[in-house]
Amino acid sequence: MKINDVILQTVTKIVVFIILTFGVELFISGHNDPGGGFSGGLVLASALLLLYMTYDIETVHQGIPFDFKKIAGLGVFLAVSSSAIPMLFSNQFLTQKKGEFALAVFGNTELSMVLLFEAGVALTVVGVVVTILLTISEDVS
Amino acid sequence: MIIPLLILVPFVASLFVPLLYTYVHSKKIGWLVLPFPLILFIFLCFQIPKLGAGDSLFYTIHWLHAANIHFTTHLDGLSMILGLLITGMGTLVVMYSIYYLSEREALGRFYMYLLLFMGSMLGVVFSDNVLVLYVFWELTSVSSFLLIAFWHQRKNSRAGAKKAMLITVTGGVGMLVGFLMMHQMTGTYSIQEMIGMAGTLPAETLFVPAMLLILLGAFTKSAQFPFHIWLPDAMEAPTPVSAYLHSATMVKAGIYLVARFIPVFGESELWFYSVTFVGLITLFWGSFNAVRQNDLKALLAYSTISQLGLIMSLLGIGSAAMLNLPGVDKTLYTAAAFAGLFHLINHSTFKGALFMIIGIVDHELGTRDIRKLGGLAIFMPITFSIALAGSFSMAGLPPFNGFLSKELFLEASLAVQQLALPGVHVWIPIVAWVASVLTFVYCMIIVFQTFFGRQQQQPAWVDRGAHDPQPGMLLAPSVLGVMIVALFFFPNVLAKWIVQPAMGAIYPSFGNPETLVPHIAAWHGFTPAFWMTIGIILFGAVLYIFLPQWRRVYTIAPFSWRIDTIYTLLLMQLEGNSYHLTNKYMTGHLHRYFTYIMLFFIAMMGTALSLVWRLAFNFSEDSVVTLNEYILVFVMMIAALAILFVKSRLIAILLNGVLGFTVAFLFVVLRAPDLALTQIVVETVTTVLFLLTFRFMPDWKKETPRRPVKMLNIFIAVASGLIVILTALIVQGNRLFEPISKYFEDAKTLTGGGNIVNAILGDFRAFDTMLEIVVLFIGGLGVYVLIRLKDKKGGDQNEDQ
Repeated sequence: MKINDVILQTVTKIVVFIILTFGVELFISGHNDPGGGFSGGLVLASALLLLYMTYDIETVHQGIPFDFKKIAGLGVFLAVSSSAIPMLFSNQFLTQKKGEFALAVFGNTELSMVLLFEAGVALTVVGVVVTILLTISEDVS
Repeated sequence: MIIPLLILVPFVASLFVPLLYTYVHSKKIGWLVLPFPLILFIFLCFQIPKLGAGDSLFYTIHWLHAANIHFTTHLDGLSMILGLLITGMGTLVVMYSIYYLSEREALGRFYMYLLLFMGSMLGVVFSDNVLVLYVFWELTSVSSFLLIAFWHQRKNSRAGAKKAMLITVTGGVGMLVGFLMMHQMTGTYSIQEMIGMAGTLPAETLFVPAMLLILLGAFTKSAQFPFHIWLPDAMEAPTPVSAYLHSATMVKAGIYLVARFIPVFGESELWFYSVTFVGLITLFWGSFNAVRQNDLKALLAYSTISQLGLIMSLLGIGSAAMLNLPGVDKTLYTAAAFAGLFHLINHSTFKGALFMIIGIVDHELGTRDIRKLGGLAIFMPITFSIALAGSFSMAGLPPFNGFLSKELFLEASLAVQQLALPGVHVWIPIVAWVASVLTFVYCMIIVFQTFFGRQQQQPAWVDRGAHDPQPGMLLAPSVLGVMIVALFFFPNVLAKWIVQPAMGAIYPSFGNPETLVPHIAAWHGFTPAFWMTIGIILFGAVLYIFLPQWRRVYTIAPFSWRIDTIYTLLLMQLEGNSYHLTNKYMTGHLHRYFTYIMLFFIAMMGTALSLVWRLAFNFSEDSVVTLNEYILVFVMMIAALAILFVKSRLIAILLNGVLGFTVAFLFVVLRAPDLALTQIVVETVTTVLFLLTFRFMPDWKKETPRRPVKMLNIFIAVASGLIVILTALIVQGNRLFEPISKYFEDAKTLTGGGNIVNAILGDFRAFDTMLEIVVLFIGGLGVYVLIRLKDKKGGDQNEDQ
């Protein structure tokens, strides 16, 4: 099933970046404003979905050669292991710490352990959603 | 801190072995595994002086406060013996495996399982918390399962693995219930604290059930009669595994557990009876069955069962010292427990050596059948010497360590008669003696039928190039062979440094453990035990010589019975019944499954609503409903109702989308942007999913279900709708618990996050979130696997046999 829709393809090329940026923005702002790992991940996944729908799977795969099952696995690993890190410092499982760090570009930035955890959530969501959709659509073709 | 690390090291190593194996894809991988048990062994050796001085190492990692479960490790004399066996035998077995297994085997998997087992076994012996102990206990069952089924292409391996797993895990679950009962009585999960409360326990009603259940776990694990049937079948595992798990370490876990709980249960007569009698029956039945085996490995399996029974009965006799019977010399019985521990060590040395020797014979000649073997002594002189030492030690002959423990065992069996208890008579030493005679017979079978006689066979061995294996393969059994002899000459060194601290752990209330350790001497004078040994040798020799004549005994009724039959019958019944039962309700109709789920929901929530809340409404705190909300809800209702009447599936999906997006709008109106955002994205993704699966759907056709089904559908629809509405209305006005909303109000100070939703997801309820994404991941993999498996259907379905 070859889709040849010039308008859609042209729009997608630009819009995908907007959606991706929006997803990252949602992910980062989730600490104090609406957003977070889950919705950020879903938005990222929908950007990828748009790509897959506009172009075919092979083309997208050339640009993004990831195995999304592995990304989902990485996400789960990140979330679970970052939850376990506090135990190494004699804290309870899932203790979330934060601190202010002076970073090169961003200036004084507040970083929190929960960021790793949320990143795990986001990666899992992206991985699982794309995996399910790809598996089903590959089954179609 | 160091003891938890000891447990952790093998686990971590087992993770990295398969990774390393991709780079070192040869036998050499074994040399990379070897340092782990060796370092652990050396480390444990350095702790011996500390324990000898009466200390024990205790370390707690606080874990689940609410459940009172902590990762408490305890290294005392008793766990030290097992720890040394696990790491020491582990080192030798790894060394032996390097030469035993060929390059073609999946070595990465093999060493991974082996290290996994080592870690879990160390966890069993070092844990003080019974629940942690239980987890490690089951992990040893799992790793044993994986190792027995290592050659999983063979049907017998899989059957043996399944049998071992079923029996040991059943016992393990029983043991878990026993542990929970102990917690009920004592309020603690710590073994040491239970020991502290031992005096008050026998009065409790749960005391006897808890004791029997814990014994069930110990007996299944240590292959005691009638649960011994899994051990011979476990011999399908590669020989190094049999030498390690199924003779030296894992099967000793049950013995360890019994020894560990002697201070808790020792004052009960029932404990004494169960442990002693089960041990004696196992001792006899194992040795009796060993004689009839033709496969050398099966012979060793039954011999292991018998020897485990021996150690078990010694511990039983040893617990008699706790019985507080009047006019009893306690040292007679503590000596039995001492003999048990001493024999535990001896058994690991000689049985480990024998397993390795039989592995060598199998490896070099390709058979373990004693009807085919014979006359190998001149071809394999070193192998023969070690086999001789091992067998004679097991038979109880000097100058090998088995002689010393066998003498102590005979003395203990004589001592137990003096107990003024019903059922304890002269038959105990007689059973012990008969079993020892049979032990002597099968030991002679190992030596003479493998290495002597059959002159006519010898040319065949020359043709096959029978010879001693390469030195590396002989190294591990040689070390054990040297120990067999060394322990005969210097038993008291071992007794003082290793067994004595363990005696202190078994009898904590008896004061200085030094007084509990008898002096071991090879020559006692003309004691009854000495005459019994002479009798064993004479009768054993006669029985061995006339074996062909009396072998027919095994075909006569009570002796030909096999417990296996019961096991097979039970299993078949179970499988048949569950198959029928499952077929009754798993019909393959989606409608049926939804009915089950919804009916369950209605029953649960309906009961909860009527019983807990008593349908009490309270609308006083509700906020006012605005016009916007009315409009949105109205749209939702229209969409929901319209779905019922549309003619095409596409419209139904679209209406469902309308419903979903209106919900998102409602969230916006209610000022919940997070939820709205998520809802919109979820709706989008779901719609795409629908579009993808669209072409798989069967034609949308009007179904006309039968009237009862229709009534049930109506009931389910109305009832579940009502329940959801009622729940929402009631929950709002009735508070059963202290509201947790003050956490949300203080979210900024508590978590540092301004977004309450994410403060809940990432901090307050982060555990839920973590498990949810794990579930999500599993679900995703499930979809992937289901669809991929469907693709391959009809392809290669043949199983390798």
